[in-house]
Amino acid sequence: MVTGPETAPAGISVPVTATGAARLHLAIFAVALALALAAPFFLYPVFLMKVLCFALFASAFNLLLGYGGLLSFGHAAYFGSASYVAAHAAKVWGLTPELAILLGTGAAAVLGVVFGALAIRRQGIYFAMVTLAFAQMVYFFSLQAPFTGGEDGIQSVPRGRLFGMISLGPDINLYFFVLAIVVGGLLLIYRIIHSPFGQVLKAIRDNEPRAVSLGYRANRYKLAVFVMSATLAGLAGATKALVFQLASLTDVYWTMSGEVVLITLLGGMGTVFGPIVGAAIVVTMQNYFAGFGAWVTVIQGTIFVIGVLLFREGVVGILARWLRRPL
Amino acid sequence: MTDRRPRAAGGEVSIGQDVLVARGLTREFSGFVAVDGVDLSVRKESIHALIGPNGAGKTTCFNLLTRFLEPTRGSIVYDGRDITRMAAADVARLGMVRSFQISAVFPNMTALENVRIALQRGRGDSFDFWRSDRVLSRYNDRALALLDEVGLGAFAGTAAWALPYGRKRALEIATTLALEPQMLLLDEPMAGMAQEDIERISQLIRRIARGRTILMVEHNLSVVSSLSDTITVLARGKVLAEGDYDAISRDERVIEAYIGAAHA
Ligand SMILES: Nc1ncnc2c1ncn2[C@@H]1O[C@H](COP(=O)(O)OP(=O)(O)OP(=O)(O)O)[C@@H](O)[C@H]1O
Ligand SMILES: [Mg+2]
Repeated sequence: MVTGPETAPAGISVPVTATGAARLHLAIFAVALALALAAPFFLYPVFLMKVLCFALFASAFNLLLGYGGLLSFGHAAYFGSASYVAAHAAKVWGLTPELAILLGTGAAAVLGVVFGALAIRRQGIYFAMVTLAFAQMVYFFSLQAPFTGGEDGIQSVPRGRLFGMISLGPDINLYFFVLAIVVGGLLLIYRIIHSPFGQVLKAIRDNEPRAVSLGYRANRYKLAVFVMSATLAGLAGATKALVFQLASLTDVYWTMSGEVVLITLLGGMGTVFGPIVGAAIVVTMQNYFAGFGAWVTVIQGTIFVIGVLLFREGVVGILARWLRRPL
Repeated sequence: MTDRRPRAAGGEVSIGQDVLVARGLTREFSGFVAVDGVDLSVRKESIHALIGPNGAGKTTCFNLLTRFLEPTRGSIVYDGRDITRMAAADVARLGMVRSFQISAVFPNMTALENVRIALQRGRGDSFDFWRSDRVLSRYNDRALALLDEVGLGAFAGTAAWALPYGRKRALEIATTLALEPQMLLLDEPMAGMAQEDIERISQLIRRIARGRTILMVEHNLSVVSSLSDTITVLARGKVLAEGDYDAISRDERVIEAYIGAAHA
């Protein structure tokens, strides 16, 4: 037992069991879901769907960065290629929306396996550079390939009928479909983070050599989380293609990779709810400042710099510190 | 994958035999030879100390033996098996586990979670991302017992980063012990610890050494003298002397190396 009068320092002791945190998270999820169910009757559904898609995209990215400790600077590759494949499948092959999304997501997964296997051999900034290089390859491919429509992208993608029956044409119908996908994706991410796999992942993030010395083959875990992250980013991208009925070069451009980094950092990386809050902030901002044309990027950049300087842990990170609870 | 496997016929190891054998172990860093043709044999179930002045190559040796570094030349045999080219994680799975000179904990996890990560190895790989981590709570009791053993019982829920340095070292030892390794390589396990902690960890090491083999780097010579059966002295990457404490402490070359290093 402990010798001397020492006890655990105050304020940094957390409960041995994580059930308290889990209950809090469940409550937040429930409230957010209730809000999301009511929201389309008060706010513009397409705007909401954009928030949802980016919330999923950023959460997928955060799974890799915040819990795997891997900074990818090329996540547009998975988001964008899934978007293209889904759009093509729905428009040219006439697949139903759920199949188009499934196919797009699958394409991102395959890409994730290939790029991930090559990228995880590098560490730190080199990892970021390799992922960026792969993403640029995908961008140039999209620019040249015949089926992507070059500068125009793939336009007027049909939203189609869910399972061939329910028309997703009306925004409100599509909204609930998108909500179901995103909630499913977010719950899956939550489970991944709070699984035996997630524990090993956090250990590798915190101290890779130590995890290896305990017998964990770190690269396999890193590849696994990379593929999961790429796949879920693809799910977001494919869904987005149906929402906007468009897949374009913007989705695979490096600025899209940057945007997801921004959303995640602003909201709070390594937190469950940070990417969701970050997506809401950034998408709102883009909407609000849309009239400023090219200045949107400048304004967004400025807010980002100020945000990161003032709250390094992101909005939710700060909140978590105040509440002394993992969020 | 299980850590414990039946020993292969012919590879039978009994008390008194060498469990870890390195031959001609050499590592160069762009021309600079940090470890230079080291021959090392560690007897099974002994406590073997590796000492030497700063920069002698002790940590580099550890890195080579545990496969965290690629040797330039030489061979390593552990428990009758050539591990010279094996992956570091697989060496750990054979039951040879190391600690690090700079305290190696998982800072953003609680002390309990730190130990549990090691216990979790008992279920093999943990790729089950679909299962709740509540399944890990069955390791809590064992983790708490291990924390108690190193005096950290009251810190179970504390994030590892918030522990004082000596406590981090203790946590690292508890984590290593959780694997119940056949062989432990401890790199300065007591550096930065208060005297009372040194006592406790010394006793702990002596206790866990029963039925296990320990190779440790340690600068605290009173600890070395009281704990170790055999001492190997390393200087400038080479083995200078080997023997028990009495022999080593009377060796002219050893005295010279230490004094020489102090005056360098
Ligand atoms: N990765 C590396 N690249 C270049 N030189 C290295 C590297 N690692 C170690 N060295 C050099 O090798 C020599 C041996 O280092 P090592 O860390 O093994 O010494 P040590 O005996 O553990 O010393 P200490 O008692 O200070 O821990 C030192 O001169 C060190 O500078
Ligand atoms: Mg050293």
